[in-house]
Amino acid sequence: MLAIEPRRQPSRAWSLLSPAIAIALTLCVGALLFGLAGRDPGHALYVLFIQPLTSTYGLTELLVKATPLILIATGLAIGFRANVWNIGAEGQYTVGALAGGGLALAFHDSTSPLLLPAVLLAGCAGGMAWGAIPALLRTRFNVNEILSSLMLTYVAILLLSWLVHGPWRDPDGYNFPESRLLSDAATLPILVDDTRLHAGLLFALLAVAGAWVLMGRSVVGFQLRVSGQSRIAAHYAGYSTTGLVWFALLLSGGLAGLAGISEVSGTINQLLPTISPGYGFTAIIVAFLGRLHPLGIIPAGLLIALSYIGGELAQIEVGVPAAVTGIFQGVLLFFLLGCDLLTGYRIRLAPVRGT
Amino acid sequence: MTAPLVALSNISRSFGDVRACDGISLSLEPGEIHALLGENGAGKSTLVRIIYGLLEPDAGTMEWNGEPVRIRTPAAARALGIGMVFQHFTLFESMTVLENIALALDRRVDRSELRARIGAVIATYGMALEADRHVHSLSAGERQRVEVVRCLLQDPRLLILDEPTSVLTPQEAEQLFATLRQLRDEGRSILYISHRLEEVRALCERATILRGGRRVAQCDPRTETAASLAERMIGRLPPAPVRAAGGRGPERIRINGLSLAARHRFGVALDDISLAVRGGEILGIAGIAGNGQGELLAALSGEISTPTGMIAFDGEPVGRLGPAGRRERGAAAVPEQRLGHAAVPAMTLADNLFLTAPRRQDLARGGMLRPDAIAGAAERVIDSFDVRTTGAGAVASSLSGGNLQKFIVGREVDREPEILVIAQPTWGVDAGAAVTIRAALRRRASAGAAVLVISQDLDEIFEICDRIAVIAAGRLSDARETSSFSVEEVGLLMGHAAGGPGRAGD
Repeated sequence: MLAIEPRRQPSRAWSLLSPAIAIALTLCVGALLFGLAGRDPGHALYVLFIQPLTSTYGLTELLVKATPLILIATGLAIGFRANVWNIGAEGQYTVGALAGGGLALAFHDSTSPLLLPAVLLAGCAGGMAWGAIPALLRTRFNVNEILSSLMLTYVAILLLSWLVHGPWRDPDGYNFPESRLLSDAATLPILVDDTRLHAGLLFALLAVAGAWVLMGRSVVGFQLRVSGQSRIAAHYAGYSTTGLVWFALLLSGGLAGLAGISEVSGTINQLLPTISPGYGFTAIIVAFLGRLHPLGIIPAGLLIALSYIGGELAQIEVGVPAAVTGIFQGVLLFFLLGCDLLTGYRIRLAPVRGT
Repeated sequence: MTAPLVALSNISRSFGDVRACDGISLSLEPGEIHALLGENGAGKSTLVRIIYGLLEPDAGTMEWNGEPVRIRTPAAARALGIGMVFQHFTLFESMTVLENIALALDRRVDRSELRARIGAVIATYGMALEADRHVHSLSAGERQRVEVVRCLLQDPRLLILDEPTSVLTPQEAEQLFATLRQLRDEGRSILYISHRLEEVRALCERATILRGGRRVAQCDPRTETAASLAERMIGRLPPAPVRAAGGRGPERIRINGLSLAARHRFGVALDDISLAVRGGEILGIAGIAGNGQGELLAALSGEISTPTGMIAFDGEPVGRLGPAGRRERGAAAVPEQRLGHAAVPAMTLADNLFLTAPRRQDLARGGMLRPDAIAGAAERVIDSFDVRTTGAGAVASSLSGGNLQKFIVGREVDREPEILVIAQPTWGVDAGAAVTIRAALRRRASAGAAVLVISQDLDEIFEICDRIAVIAAGRLSDARETSSFSVEEVGLLMGHAAGGPGRAGD
């Protein structure tokens, strides 16, 4: 019989090994699924995970997709380590895009060099404002932020939908539900000519570096870690739980908002009813896959971005539905959480217990 | 001659380079209370964990009733008839006593049957315990009773107790001893780990003494003195602290009519507590666990805020000030629970040192940590309080209870607080470390600090305190000079919790 028993100390090795095993298991399940669907598993996996890396276009698209994932996951990971469970990054992303995009549309004729910074700041502020609602509810009324932030996501998406169907609809857009294009002054510069790789990537790298310093070196980061591990010890130390909850939700909301406006200003260039393939939710997987560590989030973000691009390719080349991306991400999270059990516990063979 | 109940021979077990047990032999006769003595880290815990199937030995054999056995799991140990009461409680806080006991049984037992069996054990051994109370609301003493009852339900032949009296009052300890003697007379064997040598002398017929993983002596404790036992344990005895005769300074801690509602259903309300502690003195608050000590400490540390005017440090009202603010004023508080309250279990000692660092210690600048300074400060505490660990990078939960205790007390004392409130300063700490800690408290007082010690250990209170007050059912007696108190008087005042109303000085 197998017995699961707690380890004396969480295993560091397993904490790092667990994502690798989870990825391997996910690939196995993926191969099985493709096989059952009558496709050649080897070819399908190649299209999904290797082929995108064989062209410059594929590589830059990878970075384009990884940018919002890394930005959002970096903020979420900080909150998660403090036991603040912001599940509503998708909503904060959307409101960030709305706030920045709205400003850009309002000053459509402006050519001021200040417009782009203002648009980006508005995006951050929008995300923070959306994160502030669960923070207020949690600190004032003890409302669980998992539920409030998640539900606010749907409010944000409906708000976007109403705006692009109504007030913000492009007057010259033949009645399509989309805004007019953002002006050049409100568009993020492109980093590599003839690609979509925009300056948002730099924000993501800056966020990672900032989060690394914050969590590893700063007093606030220390307080966040303590409060995530032992609320009673944090109280004894005299840390403000309320302040830390606000900090974590504003920071993760702000970064999600920045991701949203970066995507709109750098990639999509207008507001549409759908501006995200679920980046805000997928970033949760990225955060955990990256071990809630800023440096881990970069490879995790790249891997998940790969599953988006590979999924698109697989639709064309292998003829499988778009849902394959979601399936891979879901299976990966499933195995990751399963393997994470081995960080805190070990499995050993135990003699069958008599009764 | 009958075979011993259990016989260990040449048991060895290493952790990395450390030989925790090095060829230890030990045998227990049926109907014997056998003491296992030794400093923290001498190998006592490792040895009993081997007996209880939590660890496997690297070498050596074990016999049970003359038959060789290998015990691989605690369940196997229990099946043989071995029960163990741990020093650190293994209870689920959010469940009731009954649910906790039901969970720990190896077989499913019907609730009403279990309730009856628990009732029978409680009645047989005269233990005060309510099966439907939630564990989070129980005092340390009551939690221990849950563990003992849980063991006795398995009808063990051998009962292992690790530091059982460290949380009990003298009266409670006497009750436990009566229970243990009753168990012995029933023919059961008891392996008894304790740092309290006087009680070992009163209770045990034989003692095995470990030092550095080896058995250094076996003796009859009744023919030894506490000092001779201690010397065998640690090789030499550090000097006992000297009570400073120095004068008392100005009043530094003032509590005025402090009343607090209970924090939860089974919490204790504080009722009109008044107290003054002057610089240069140690004031002891004696009391049975769960009589408001936790609430009083939280009110003094700043974890509970109190109406202005009830608590003042150095004449300044601090009731509305949080823990950090009070620390900045030179106050320090050590709560009873080490892991998860005074220390974050999964964080390193260096991190845990920074947890309560006041600004004047200069361990952070401009909002950034100074890792080298923090590690240096942690190493200093580790050195001066002889904390046995691999270094400042060790995780708090990897230390033994006594060693973590030394680190936490050392952390606060090292900052030379002017006001020091400390609960159970030497709970679970070995004799040598207890002397170190008490001497450090004494030194703080001699330097002019006001020290408030909340303890259930009357020996300790009488040894180091200048004045003593007793807390019972959330009320505090008047403080009196230690010389004018007898142990019996204090014990009686402590007992007021169980009895009806009544208060010293009324």
